[in-house]
Amino acid sequence: MYDKPRFLLAGDRGLLVEFGASIDPKINQKVRQIFLSLEKTPIDGVFEIIPTYRSILIFYNPLLSNPERLKQEIVEREHSLDKWEIPPPEIIEIPVCYGDDFGPDLTFVAQHNNLTPEEVIQIHTSGTYLIYMIGFTPGFPFLGGLSEKLFTPRLENPRQLVPAGSVGIANNQTGIYSVDSPGGWQLIGKTPIKLFDPTSSSPFLLKTGNYLRFTSISTQKFYEIAGK
Amino acid sequence: MEIFEVLQPGAYTTVQDSGRFNYQQFGVPVCGVVDSFAYRVANALVGNFQDQAVLEATIFGPTLKVVNQGLIAVTGGNLTPRINNAPLPMWESVAIHPDDMLQFKGVTSGCRAYIAVAGGIDAPHVMGSRSTYVAGKIGGINGRPLVSGDRLNKGEGTGKAENRIPSNLIPIYSDDIEIRVILGPQADYFSEGINTFFASTFKVSTKADRMGYRLEGNSIMHKKGVEKSIISEPSVPGGIQVPPDGQPIILLVEQTVGGYTKIATVISSDIGKVGQAKPGDRIHFRQVEIDKAHQILKEEKGKIETIKRSLRR
Repeated sequence: MYDKPRFLLAGDRGLLVEFGASIDPKINQKVRQIFLSLEKTPIDGVFEIIPTYRSILIFYNPLLSNPERLKQEIVEREHSLDKWEIPPPEIIEIPVCYGDDFGPDLTFVAQHNNLTPEEVIQIHTSGTYLIYMIGFTPGFPFLGGLSEKLFTPRLENPRQLVPAGSVGIANNQTGIYSVDSPGGWQLIGKTPIKLFDPTSSSPFLLKTGNYLRFTSISTQKFYEIAGK
Repeated sequence: MEIFEVLQPGAYTTVQDSGRFNYQQFGVPVCGVVDSFAYRVANALVGNFQDQAVLEATIFGPTLKVVNQGLIAVTGGNLTPRINNAPLPMWESVAIHPDDMLQFKGVTSGCRAYIAVAGGIDAPHVMGSRSTYVAGKIGGINGRPLVSGDRLNKGEGTGKAENRIPSNLIPIYSDDIEIRVILGPQADYFSEGINTFFASTFKVSTKADRMGYRLEGNSIMHKKGVEKSIISEPSVPGGIQVPPDGQPIILLVEQTVGGYTKIATVISSDIGKVGQAKPGDRIHFRQVEIDKAHQILKEEKGKIETIKRSLRR
């Protein structure tokens, strides 16, 4: 973590605020705190904010604000974070039906790590994963916290179509495909829960800085939840 | 009310408005029109004053059959618009009537044309915008570009025909383009590379779309010993990525995060100019300071206000 945030210009409407130089839960927590304070009490002239691993991008209207004013405001907030009453991060539970057609690569992940498929499921469901950032496709979480025991390289030939809800592993990362898309992650299961529903009034389930946990469900339970 | 039947969709025609805001934190890019000046003028010409949705056509425009009467204006790149086989004046509002045929005969300057209709193109609001985001399958017409057989509706609205803007305010879309930039956010990853960046002329490659423009030219070298990629961070429209091969990519409106170093960022007023470049066009970069960029932005806003005031309503 830096002693003081670094401010970088990202064009004439964007100010990038960096809080550290690495992927680290403490730095991401700072990102979350500042971000939530900005959501709760926006700064005049700011129209959108994007939190990521270790930085926040502030979009401002140059007719109403400027980088100097924003820098001052961010520094002040950083010094008085207590008074913003930021709630603790939430933990979201993601039910997953592992293996078979939903997780065609579960056996490979097990073999690669000298485990049984049951052990893979046990290890995958015992972790708590930090949502460092959302991007790539709408609602796709970049998660931290995968056990080393499950590290598995990507597929050599990516699939043309990975269905939304598929849960996968790629090297030291685990994640959930939020929309149907091509992809090269090893698929170990699938969740019936929608991470992205554009027709809903709150279209996204996950938010940067929160945590998630996976729980194992049966095929029957999968269709029960999916049918709702 | 139905306004057009799509006979041919053109190369890549989408419904766009000023963009979808507040969802970039969830991985949904702003989308919206690439050339906001041409877009705003098109809307103003037909009496739309609320960022209504328009059609954005790319290089080869669509063929549209008019279903009900209305008022249109075509601005932006010159894709040679014709109405019933006669030239259709651009940057001017024109009344259209049932069975009129609107066609485009090919690009002579620029890359993207905007077709505005009085009342705006009607499509469902998805998360606050009608803009099409093809990768996310949302907005516009079922989240995709137009296809033959689509039927397009318009909203309520009337404007005056034969509104036009002073010819000195019509942009010239050259194939030799100067783009003004602000250094950063990762200019400190480069030293000699910055000189290469400003001294070179780059060619727009065929990999150029609403997500980004890949350029070809002299390789921009990173400083010795620095990492060539960074921890993924937010992207802004206009960010100029330099991947390890040194060939720059100008990001446009359909990306929210990325892990390449960005040597500079296009000023907001010049993003439309990038979007009007087509494969084969040449681009060179000129540095401006942020205060200057803000001043240019204010002048552009003033220009649009002047145009709006000059039009009959």
